[in-house]
This record gives sequence, C-alpha cells and structure tokens, in this order.
Amino acid sequence: MLLVLGPAVAAEIPLSERKSGYEFMSRETRAMQDDEITGPAVLTLLDGEALWGKLGCAACHTSMKGVAARYPAMVGGKLTTLEQQVRHRNPELAYESRELLALTAHVARQSRGMAIEVDEKAKSHIEAGKAFFHRRQGQLNLACAQCHDDNWGKKLAGTPIPQAHPTGYPLYRLEWQGVGSITRRFRNCLTGMRAELLPHGAPELVDLELYLMWRARGMKMEAPAVRP
Amino acid sequence: MARVVVNVPAEAKKGEVIEIRTLAGHPMETGFRRTQLGELIPRDIIRSLVCTYNGVEVFRAELHPAMAANPLLSFTTVATESGTLEFRWTGDNGFSATEKASIKVV
Repeated sequence: MLLVLGPAVAAEIPLSERKSGYEFMSRETRAMQDDEITGPAVLTLLDGEALWGKLGCAACHTSMKGVAARYPAMVGGKLTTLEQQVRHRNPELAYESRELLALTAHVARQSRGMAIEVDEKAKSHIEAGKAFFHRRQGQLNLACAQCHDDNWGKKLAGTPIPQAHPTGYPLYRLEWQGVGSITRRFRNCLTGMRAELLPHGAPELVDLELYLMWRARGMKMEAPAVRP
Repeated sequence: MARVVVNVPAEAKKGEVIEIRTLAGHPMETGFRRTQLGELIPRDIIRSLVCTYNGVEVFRAELHPAMAANPLLSFTTVATESGTLEFRWTGDNGFSATEKASIKVV
C-alpha cells in the first residue's frame, strides 16, 4: 500500500459543521448577547437609531431588513462593505468612529436571524479573499486558515479558536470594551500574526470579508453580537 | 448626554421581589492606563448609582476603577406600592445621568 503524504492543506469546514462564534462562548457571555434590553450593544443601537433620524436617512430608506446579510456587495462596479455603503451620503463619518459603528449596527440589527447571502457575481473577489485567507504572511508565517479551518475548537492562549464566521458584525467585544467592525478584528489578527497592518477600507480586507461571508453563506445573522 | 437604560417590571404583586437592571454608557477609564507616548490617561469613572423608590433610597452602589465600561448593575427590591423608581448615576468630570421608571403594584 502506498501512503501519500502531502503538505497539510487546509480543508474547508463542511457546511454542516459550521458554528457561529456564539457556540464557543461561555454561558454568561451568551446571556449578554441574548439580553435585548440591557445587553452591552443596546447603547450603540440606541445611538444608531437617533443618528438615523438626525441624518435624515429615513427620507429615502424605509426598511433595511436583509441588507446586512448580503454585504459586501457590488455597488457601481466596486465591491463595497456595509460600513462603506452606510457612509455614502456622509463621508465625514470616519471608519471605526462611534457614529459610523452605531449607524451600521442599527442597519445590521434589522437583518438579525436572516440567512447570509452573497452575490455570486463577485466571484473574482471571493477568489481573491480566499487566496488571502490561505496565504501565509507576517513574521509568524501564518495563514488565517491554519487557525480557523484546521484548528478551530482548540485553544489559543486559553481561548477557544472560533471558525471565523462574520455573522455578528459590528459587534461588542468585551476585550475592546466597546463595539467594533470586522476590519478592526482583521487588524487585530494581522497584528497577532505580525503581518502588514492594512488600513481600513483596504481592498484586500474587503475581499477577505466577502470570502468569509461566502464561507458563512446560509448562516443566521446575529448582529450586533457580543464576543469575549 | 449620557445614554442609560433601565429595566423595571411594569407590574408586580405587592410584596413580590422584583429584579431591576440598569445599564449606563460610560468608558470607565481606570486612570492607570497610559497613552503610547507614556502619558497617564486621567481617571474617568462613574462613582455611584443611587436608586430611590417613591423617594426612599432602596439601593446604592459605589463604583471603582477596574470595573468594565458600560457597567450593568442588577439588584432586587420588594414591590411595596405603585409609583416611580428614580436612578441617578454620578461620576468624575461632573458626570451625571438620571432615569425614571414607573411600576404598578397590584
């Protein structure tokens, strides 16, 4: 019998074995996410609702139901994240600012419980994101897939490694003591890998976000989630 | 203006123990952290929360550094009569926030 030992290539997680980060959390942290009245993200949601009114978004938009579940999406030929689309009329809202996060959370909240759907027309972007996910980078020479495809469920410095499904962004991270975007999370990982720290809105990170949404297709939105 | 949220049952039986949850939006800066340039970030925390039930104080908490941002405080009291619960948070740099909730006791 011939044994072929190839390089350890990251296998994609079978669709039926996918788990939201929620399932890796402690009972207490889950209770925080489930608390719709005094959960930590509630303050941001209230801010977002107020801003929605103040900026006059309601003049054009009625319901934003389902919108967050299909972003990033192609807008005018350019792959655009939810944050980028939310600030289309108010470019003065800086990335990661309290205002932009609040507005985005307010929009994303309306897709809670809906299945993630990705525009297959953006196939080249999905492929680019996938390549980024599997590419070793940084001083530690790590690829995203080495943790999130190959070793999910195990522990890294005492913390469970999740599967990296972006079901709940923007989310309240206890470590951050506040709400942050998926780009902030990406930048955390890049820092940990000692890789090049890409700026907010970098096309590579938008592609990566799209790939992760495609990877999580069909999973339920839970934004704004709570994570440890 | 600080954003605060309180959760009080709208209705309770006389003598029933009710749970009250309060959430206050606040950074709770400890005063021990430094900026990247090494300068100390001054302390900015909520110092106290007081809850009165029809004017009678039923709960008081002192908060300290190293408590999480956006502190959630949960406590219980006995529903004695219909009326208003008033909440007052005070803190560093003149921080102050108030909120009211009414309860019907049957």
